[in-house]
Formats: sequence, structure tokens, C-alpha cells
Amino acid sequence: MTVTSKSADSGLLFTGSDWNFATLSRTYDAIEKIALDELKLDVYPNQLEIISSEQMLDAYSSVGMPLMYQHWSFGKRFVFEENLYRSGRRGLAYELVINSNPCIAYLMEENTMAMQALVTAHASFGHNHFFKNNYLFRQWTEANAILSYMEFAKKYIAKCEERHGTAAVEAILDSAHALMDQGVFRYRRPPRLSSEKERERARERLEYEEQTYSDLWRTLPARTSDEISDEVEQEVAERKKRLNLPDENLLYFLEKNSLVLQPWQREILRIVRVIAQYFYPQRQTKVMNEGCATFVHYYIMNRLYDQGRIGEGPMLEILQSHTNVVFQPDFDDPRFPGINPYALGFALMQDIQRICNDPTAEDRDWFPDIAGTGAWRETLLDAWANHRDESFILQYLSPALIRNFRLFLLKDKSKDPYCEVASIHNERGYEGIRAALARSYDIGVNQPDIQVVDVDLLGDRHLRLQHNVKSGVLLEEQSRDATLRHVCRLWGYDVSLAGVDSETGATLYERTASAD
Amino acid sequence: MTIYIDRRLNPKDKSLGNRQRFLKRAREELKRTIKEQVKAGRIADVDAEHRVPVPVRGTGEPTFHPDRTSGERQYILPGNKEFAPGDRLPKPGSGGGGSGSEGGRGGADDDFQFVLSREEVLELFFEDLELPDMVKLNLKEAVSFKPRRAGFATSGSPTNINVGRTMRNSYGRRIALHRPKREEVERLAAEIAQLEAQPNRKAVEQRIEALRQEWERLERRRKRIPYVDPVDVRFNRFEAQPLPNASAVMFCLMDVSSSMGEREKDLAKRFFVLLHLFLKRRYERIDIVFIRHTHEAREVDEETFFYSTQSGGTVVSTALEEMQRIIAERYPAREWNIYAAQASDGDNIAGDSERCAALLRNELMELCQYYAYVEIIDERETEIFGSTDNGTSLWRSYRSVGEKWPNFQMTRIARPADIYPVFRRLFARQPAGAARR
Repeated sequence: MTVTSKSADSGLLFTGSDWNFATLSRTYDAIEKIALDELKLDVYPNQLEIISSEQMLDAYSSVGMPLMYQHWSFGKRFVFEENLYRSGRRGLAYELVINSNPCIAYLMEENTMAMQALVTAHASFGHNHFFKNNYLFRQWTEANAILSYMEFAKKYIAKCEERHGTAAVEAILDSAHALMDQGVFRYRRPPRLSSEKERERARERLEYEEQTYSDLWRTLPARTSDEISDEVEQEVAERKKRLNLPDENLLYFLEKNSLVLQPWQREILRIVRVIAQYFYPQRQTKVMNEGCATFVHYYIMNRLYDQGRIGEGPMLEILQSHTNVVFQPDFDDPRFPGINPYALGFALMQDIQRICNDPTAEDRDWFPDIAGTGAWRETLLDAWANHRDESFILQYLSPALIRNFRLFLLKDKSKDPYCEVASIHNERGYEGIRAALARSYDIGVNQPDIQVVDVDLLGDRHLRLQHNVKSGVLLEEQSRDATLRHVCRLWGYDVSLAGVDSETGATLYERTASAD
Repeated sequence: MTIYIDRRLNPKDKSLGNRQRFLKRAREELKRTIKEQVKAGRIADVDAEHRVPVPVRGTGEPTFHPDRTSGERQYILPGNKEFAPGDRLPKPGSGGGGSGSEGGRGGADDDFQFVLSREEVLELFFEDLELPDMVKLNLKEAVSFKPRRAGFATSGSPTNINVGRTMRNSYGRRIALHRPKREEVERLAAEIAQLEAQPNRKAVEQRIEALRQEWERLERRRKRIPYVDPVDVRFNRFEAQPLPNASAVMFCLMDVSSSMGEREKDLAKRFFVLLHLFLKRRYERIDIVFIRHTHEAREVDEETFFYSTQSGGTVVSTALEEMQRIIAERYPAREWNIYAAQASDGDNIAGDSERCAALLRNELMELCQYYAYVEIIDERETEIFGSTDNGTSLWRSYRSVGEKWPNFQMTRIARPADIYPVFRRLFARQPAGAARR
């Protein structure tokens, strides 16, 4: 035993491109050693699953969850992805990783052994560490529970289909999906009252009101109109308070307050909401998450090569693949798809390492806290744990990196026939570029801010939504009206959406969807 | 310790259900596309895969998302080469200075096509067409199986041992391995006994010893080479053979007298093809019988049916009689679903039409699941006859059949374009279903 473990500790982990489970787990152990001992990563236990390309396509279309309820939109996505893949326009991912405990990573069977090593380091350690430690994921998602919750959701929806018919369930899901982006809590953690407790509280409140009722109040003299309008205003304020308005989470509001929904329909809204909430942190940490994973795999693979455990051939393959992943075409390149989160994230991480180890005078100016400390591991671990894309870029995007990427800021006003270059990579431009890039990763800024502002449950039950228009960016009209109809379907009564300019307070548009 | 799980053998097509739902959702639009493709292409092409553009209507997923042409926005782009602050860049055509950070899904939608399988195409093609009420069989019923002898196997249950085979193998093996025969051993034993019984034992002592050794050797050998070894055993093998409980025979009847020109025959053929295609979906096994007639009827093969001409008068009843004879001979109505399609230009010898109608009314319709009569008329006649009940003598006589038997259908067609609508009408939902819609 000692002899074999000795030989496993040195020498090449694998030769040739074919993999088998022995080489996989030998390589995994070597990667784990570096990840835990040198990078001090903290990960969930790993579960690696080998899948075929068909299964990868399946996983794609169910938004990467191993279990998902059935809905036609996933079929549409599947047809779409399959089409791209079969026509050769897009390759499949080498891996797919799920924020769960244990952390499930899918490896494609077609990967060579070198690629399996790369994606193991990338997914099972890079992403895994990020999932476990980043504050957003810790705060908003429950890795322990997500798989069993998805199992519940799938079964529950299948049961609903059996009982209420596919069409009815589909209609609810359609409407819920339309509001998925408006179905997350952005600022507060969802209240954790069980529905039973809630009912209990409502009953107590009712009892209290009954007990304190006095007929005398009715005999008071009539009020002046001034008083009445005061009264009305007060009433509005009170009922808003009672409904916790304004509310940014449309799905939550509808689930709790809609008068036309059956209990099972509410539960379905809840399921969609939970899933949206689960994915919310991922959307805010794309750059960091990929940057972290890419940095980790790059570091580990190089260490393994230095230790003589990966041969030169596989290392070249790994480097080539790595280079493809972090390739950033220029804005005028026909391949330009936007800023590549892998490229930006990886560059940011490496830059932090450079600033810590080998700072220039400029870096010392900009990053006095970390420049030259040599503590890049601690800095990175701290950044991974405590930032999201927006704050991370705002904190760590260095002038050197801006110059490397030759970033520039373009301002686009819809009424002008031209765009204006506002800042480029020079002294005066750094701050502006950094702030603008950070803002472009802020979901709160880039997603329309739509809130429930008022509804009179005892009156006409007209639900009023308000879109706070920022920088004059309106909603795409056709889609907006269709979505509004979905809201109307869930609410059951008239729904109107008003666009209000957040600076001037002027109403820019108002649309109403009437219940039929 | 990490866990590796090999999922490759897990069932694939997890998304199949979702794909079905998507197709169902987009059904109307797909149906229209298929119909157009069928109209443009040849009828034989229906029975194949089709490429269709992905439907847009009914499958939109609306959300509240920003309108990209309004308001003020900022882009950060990489790869500046020559710009300085204050430079102005003209906007490309539809607005949006840079392509921004959204790319991907939206853009490629236009040229996005996917393949519908043959089944899916036909499903759409035949949607809301229904076979007439079928009295005899329930199509949803599982196919029944009947075991049938199919050679021999080396494994099986003891009751299925094939003794003849087994013994033959055993015999061959015994010969090949030189298994000592029982007589041989017995003969030796007898000899030993005989020698032992002799008074002068001393003289034959050696001989007895040799015989004994030989006898022991043979005995050992007999033990080592068994009489019947497991490798000899053969079993009768049975295969489950599906019993076609859904077989149909389709009779194609056509007038081939000189009045039926190329055009008429072509129309008739298309009609038969469509009917066949439709039946093919419902039945595992379909026989087709072609009967052509002039003043006499004959069963012919497909080639002759469509492509050779024959001169003579027209006596339709001969075809019906021939059909009746063939049914009686080969297709007992108990076991077969009988469908018939008759194409004619309506000509018939005087007095025969009544006889045809009577034959159908009283005898043939009892046997048939369905009988379709298509009268091919001139394009100019469509205006005259299209909706009236006037027409040829055959047409008028057949009307009386139609009145008595709901599964008798008759229509006039003039152009290829008429076929499909007619076909639909022939198989349209029964009145009960129609009322429900």
C-alpha cells in the first residue's frame, strides 16, 4: 500500500488522452491537495457525474438543474440548443456545475483526460468554493435543500397536472415565468412565516377588531371635506402599510394577495419564485464566479505541471483550451459578443495577484491596502467571499487592466444619431470607466424597477404597478403589454402599469389590462 | 473521498416530454407550415421528415425588459484603437451603438429551423381526421402475442428439453471421445469372472490382472465422460410472435375504360395514396387489392392498375362482384377491416347503376368498414354539379346507399387541389364529434 501511494504521489498522473475512473480519481486527489493545501479553498463535498452529449443538451434546457418540472418553454430551449449544436454553430460546455451540497458537476464523456482534469479543477473546486463562500449564495440560496426542493417541485407540478389538467397548470406557469425577473427579493430576505402562523395572526387581528368595536363611533358628527380627504389619504397609507407596499416582488405579492388563485396555483407561483431567487445570486456574480473558477484551474494546472504530474502534451492542450476560454475579441471584431466574463474575471484575479506580489507605483497609489503585501491568497479569498460583480469591479479594477483591455466608455442617447466616446484608458478616464463597468453589472440598475404600489382590496381591486423609469429607458412595448396581461390573469381584476420618471416624477406612460 | 457516478447509461431524452409540449403549443402554426409544404411538394413526400421554421406565435415568452431604443445608456467596450474622449460615432442602422452585453438568444431566431420527425409530420397532417367508428376493434388494445417455435436454444426450462436433439448431441460426443460402451465393460467383467472361476488360477493370474486394470480404466473413463453432458442439452426455443389484431385490406376500384384519361387516373391515384397513407398509420398490416374494370372486372397489380389501358364498355357492377368474390375467398370480414375506395368518372351502362347500388346496399356495405366513392369530373362541371344532387346515373343511385349507410361517403373532385379537402371531409369527425366542436 505504501509503495503504491508513493508512486501515486509523484510522476505523471496520466498519459495519453483516454480517461478511466482510476485516472480520474487519481487526478482528483492531486487537484484536491493543491486546492485545499495551497489555495486554502473551502468546498462542499464533490460529486462528479459523467454524462453524454445528449444528456448535456437535456441539462441545458432544464436551466442546468438535474430535476425540473415539465414546461413547453424548456422544450423550446431544447429544440433551439439542439439545433445550434447539430448544425455545428455551437459546441457544448465541457462541464456544468450545480450549486448544491454535495456539489454536483457534470463532465462530458467526450472530454480528453487533460480536459477532465481542467474541468474538475474549474468546477469542483473553483465554482464549488465560490458557491460555498460567497455571501450572496450563503444568504440567498440553500445548497443543502435545493435538490430535494426541486424534487418536491417536480412532483407537485406533475400532481397538479394530473388533478387540474395540463392546460391549467401550463397557464399558471406561463404567467409565473413572465414575472420571474420580478419574482425575487432584492433587499430583504423572504419572510419565513408558515402559512399556518399567518392565518393564526389574521384571525387574532380580526378578533381584536371585533372586541374593540364600538357603535358609538358611528354617531359622531359628519366631517368637513378637508377632513375626509385627510381621512382618505390616511386610509390609503394604512392599507399600503398593511399590504407591505410598495413591493418589488410581484410574484410574492400575487401569491399572497391575489383573490382568484387556488391554493395549488399559489404553490406553483411559490415554486417559480423560489427557483428565481435561487438563481438570483448567479446572475450577479457571473464575472467573479467564472473568474474564480478560471483562476483556480489555471493555478492548479500550472502547479501540477511544475510538480511534473502533468506531461507537456496535456499541458499544451489545457493551455490552448484555457486561452480559448479567456479570449476577448475587440469591440469591432465580428466575433464580439460583449465582454467575456471569463476573460474579465480571470484578468481581475490575476491582476490582484500581481498587485500583491509585484506592484507598480501606480498600484500603490490606487490599492494601498493590498499592494506589495504578498497576501494575494487572503485578498482573493476575501474578495470571493464578500463581493458581487458590481462591488468587486468597483473595488479592484486597476488602471493597468483598463489599459490592457483598452476599455472605453460610449454614451448612447436615443435622440442623438451618434454615440459619444466619454472616457478612454487615460488618467482622466479610469474612474469613469471603472464606475460604468461596475454599474453595467448591477442588476438593480439594468433591470426595470417595477413595483406594486397600490391596491384597494375592499374597493375595485384595481392593482397599480409602477415602473420607475431610469435614464429614460422604457420597456419594450409588445412584450410589456403581453406581460401585463399575465399579471392580470394572476390578479383576476384590472391591472395598470404606470411609467414614472424617477428624476422628474412625471408619468411617461400608463397601460391598463382589464380582466375579462 | 469523492464520488464518481457514471450517468451515461441513464435514459436519454429527458427533454422529450418538453419537446412534445412545445410542439403541441405551436401546433396551429406548425400545422399551417406542413400544409403549405404538402401542397407544394409531392404527396409521397408527406411520409417523411420535414424541416420547419420554429414557430413564433403562441410560443413567445414575454417579460418586462428594457426597450433598447429608448433613453440614455452607457457601454463599456474593449479594444479601443484610435478614439479620444469627445469622438462621435454614427449609430449603425437600427440604433444601439455597441451590441451591448446581450447577444446570444435573440439574434439567431430568424433562421432557426428544426426537423420534425415523420410521425410528427403525419400527426399534424392528420390532425382532427378520424377513422369512422370502428365496430370491430379497439386500437388501443395491446398487441397480443402467441409463442411460436423458433429453433433451439442451449438454455431454457426443463419442460422444453428437446430429447431428440439432446440425445443426438450426446451420441456424437460419446463417439468422438470414445466413451467405452456398456457391452464392452460387461464383456470384460464376464471374462474376468470366467478366468477366476478356472481351477488353474496361477497360470492366468497375470492375464486376470491385466484384464482388471483394463476394466478399471474403462470404468473410470465411463465415469469421466458422462452419458448426457450439460453441453448436449438443447431446448425448444419459442419466440413471441405478435398477432396482428389490426389488419386491414383496402380495395381500390377504378374504371379504366377509355373515358378515363390520364388526368382522371392521376387524380384517382392521389386519392388512393392518401387513403393508404392514412390507413397505414392505423393498422400494422394492410393489404391492397386493385380491381380495375371496363365491362368486366379483374384483379391486377398496381402497375397494371394505373398504367395500362383497356378498351371496352363500362359495367361498374362487375367490379363490385369481383370485390365480393375476393372478400369471400381471402378476406373474411371477421378478421379483416375492409376499406374500399372507388374512383370513376361516373359513366356506367344503362340500368347497371341500380344494380350497383343494390349490391352495395344489401351486401357489400355490411362487410365494409368504410366505402368511399370519388367521382372525377371535368373542371367545367364543378360549377354545375358542385353542390347539386344532379349528375350521372351512378351518382344518383349511390345517393340512396349513402342515405342508408353512414359509413358510405361520396364526393366529386376536379382538381388536384380538391383532393386534400375531400380527403379531410371523408374522414372528418363523425357528426357527434362535429357537434361537440
